Amino acid sequence: MRRIRRVAAAAVAVALLGSSAACGGDEGGTPTINLYIGPEQNLQKVVDDCNAKAGGQYRISYQVLPRDADGQRVQMVRRLAAEDDGMDVLGLDVTWTQEFASADWILEWTGENKAEAERGTLAGPLASARYEDKLYAAPKNTNVQLLWYRSDLVSQPPKTWDEMIQQALDLKAQGKPYQVITMGAQYEGLVVLYNTIAVSAGGHILNDDGTKADMDAGAVRALEILHRFATAGVTSPSFSNTIEDPARLEFQSGGGAFQLNWPFVYPAMQEAAPDLAKNVKWARYPAVDASTPSRVTIGGYNLAVSRYSKHPDQAFAAALCLRNAEHQKFSAINDGVPPTIESVYADPEMAKAYPMKDTILEELKDPAVRPLSPAYQNISTVIAAALSPPSSIKPEQTAKQLRGSIQDALESKGVLP
Amino acid sequence: MTSVADRGAKHRAETLSKVDKARLSEGKRAERRLAWLLCAPAVLVMVAVAGYPILYSVWLSLQRYDLKFPDEREFVGLSNYVTVLSNEIWWTAFGVTTLITVVTVAVELVLGMALALIMHRTLVGRGVVRTAALIPYGIVTVVAAFSWRYAWTPGTGYLANLFEDSAPLTERASSLAIIMLAEIWKTTPFMALLLMAGLALVPEDLLKAAAMDGATAWQRFTKVMLPVMKPAILVALLFRTLDAFRVFDNIYVLTAGANDTSSVSMLTYNNLIRGLNLGIGSTMSVLIFVAVAIIAFIFVKLFGTAAPGSSEEGRR
Repeated sequence: MRRIRRVAAAAVAVALLGSSAACGGDEGGTPTINLYIGPEQNLQKVVDDCNAKAGGQYRISYQVLPRDADGQRVQMVRRLAAEDDGMDVLGLDVTWTQEFASADWILEWTGENKAEAERGTLAGPLASARYEDKLYAAPKNTNVQLLWYRSDLVSQPPKTWDEMIQQALDLKAQGKPYQVITMGAQYEGLVVLYNTIAVSAGGHILNDDGTKADMDAGAVRALEILHRFATAGVTSPSFSNTIEDPARLEFQSGGGAFQLNWPFVYPAMQEAAPDLAKNVKWARYPAVDASTPSRVTIGGYNLAVSRYSKHPDQAFAAALCLRNAEHQKFSAINDGVPPTIESVYADPEMAKAYPMKDTILEELKDPAVRPLSPAYQNISTVIAAALSPPSSIKPEQTAKQLRGSIQDALESKGVLP
Repeated sequence: MTSVADRGAKHRAETLSKVDKARLSEGKRAERRLAWLLCAPAVLVMVAVAGYPILYSVWLSLQRYDLKFPDEREFVGLSNYVTVLSNEIWWTAFGVTTLITVVTVAVELVLGMALALIMHRTLVGRGVVRTAALIPYGIVTVVAAFSWRYAWTPGTGYLANLFEDSAPLTERASSLAIIMLAEIWKTTPFMALLLMAGLALVPEDLLKAAAMDGATAWQRFTKVMLPVMKPAILVALLFRTLDAFRVFDNIYVLTAGANDTSSVSMLTYNNLIRGLNLGIGSTMSVLIFVAVAIIAFIFVKLFGTAAPGSSEEGRR
């Protein structure tokens, strides 16, 4: 009996070793290109299409990372720090490209690959893929938040934060759904919210070359607005603990009149709450001053090639295929992620499935970019901590504190909360 | 490990007659050699998997080493320790960790003792009672933490809905209370299990004799049971204190450290894994290691904690 068990254990061990060795799968034949990126419902179809078109040059294998950005980054960072050669194409959030390039984890794009990645690509997303004037990634999709509002409650979408708060208060007084739902938890989403308001107010968090903390008058004014918003009684009770998807769910369940969120909420709402979706409209994100349009922080994903990839040539080709115009259109229509190639917006198919495309393109042409720095993650962490919960912001004092802690983060001194 | 073996061997040697001593100590020495040989593989593995990382993190803690800036790696001596130990965030996290440790271990000791007495005295369905009591401990902490989080989130949560218009996880005091509640809920059964093993050490005769002498139930508990159980209680406290000091999962899921609810482990994770700052992060992990070592030292040397059965008291 014992011998049988031992033999069985050995057999299992051999099988495990065998299967893990097979993962590499590149002893002759088609090389496997491992694509590591967060979940996108229909990305597998894009991958299949690229594989069919590759004509045996490579076979992309879609490895799904966690849903939340922090989880995605942590997993990739740990494997890259260990020089894992099992990753080829990396789906990087726009804020990670400088960091990964500075850490020497991703390869520079050059020659024909570079020209292809830059052709027709919007300037904002492209800026996020550069580091020290070199291109380190190809923008796959961009993203920008919109103001979603219930047209059965609000006849005219608010143009500014003041107007939005006022409209919400009016609705509250009438006993109607009134909440402004958005992301206020201590994480990147709160920094995006703050960056959008700060840039819309003409403020700067860092100086122009990204070497010093600035926090000028515009940045302080944004702190005031965020504080007022959080204390005006128009947010949901869990505002300071809310991230993207819970915000969407909260709005879908009917409690809110406004939602500030990414376009993914649109296809999700069509599916999960079609009755509500009929009344939900969108508008440009609220501005700080009525005379100056808002400038909204862009998000999105870039595709980079790992330095430790065993097949860099095929990896570049695979990345280009995954983000070509046709596939960007497919992903926009099916997964709600906005394209980075401008011409895609003009495609007639886009109009039906993506009715908010004009508003998005309008925001994308005059975007707010998050501070470009390899230390962005650390800057973001200290900002999120200083702004959390938003109701506790004391504008002047918080700005002063941030000047110090952002400067420390830039110099990789100091402690991250 | 050696001290336990040593003491055991010495104890045995003392009980042997002096005539046999010389002959047997020869055998004893051979026995000890064999013991070392048998231990060697385990010791080597321990050195490789535990010793090496500890030394390596001490080495890293003496450097400026940020993965984002690989070219700026340099030896900086103790300056990382100065940075961390003079930082308000670190001390806030240290305070939170200490608070959670003290409160949860104290509450768990009381509840665990009550639970242990119940489990010990149950006559009907003993197996069922013990299994039921152990369920929280069997659930993966992260999973349990998620259900606590949803329970305390307005809208989805039955607990949050008890309080009108409030989101307890968005405020510091209530977040800390919820974190401690989740910790206590999860590990009280473990405490009870250790204490139940201690209860088994209390001889029935002793209790009966005390009862005969007119001791009340409370007197029997405090004057007879507690002193006899002391080694078991100390072991339980030691295990739980070390465990509680490393609290991570519940905080990670419930608040992710928002509103100053980070523990030192959470802070270390943020600096090391998310911030990619190996220097500062390693410094923190070395400091945690030192703190844990101090706790263990206090328990073992000052309170005289020992593994059950290895000390004189445990031999009863």
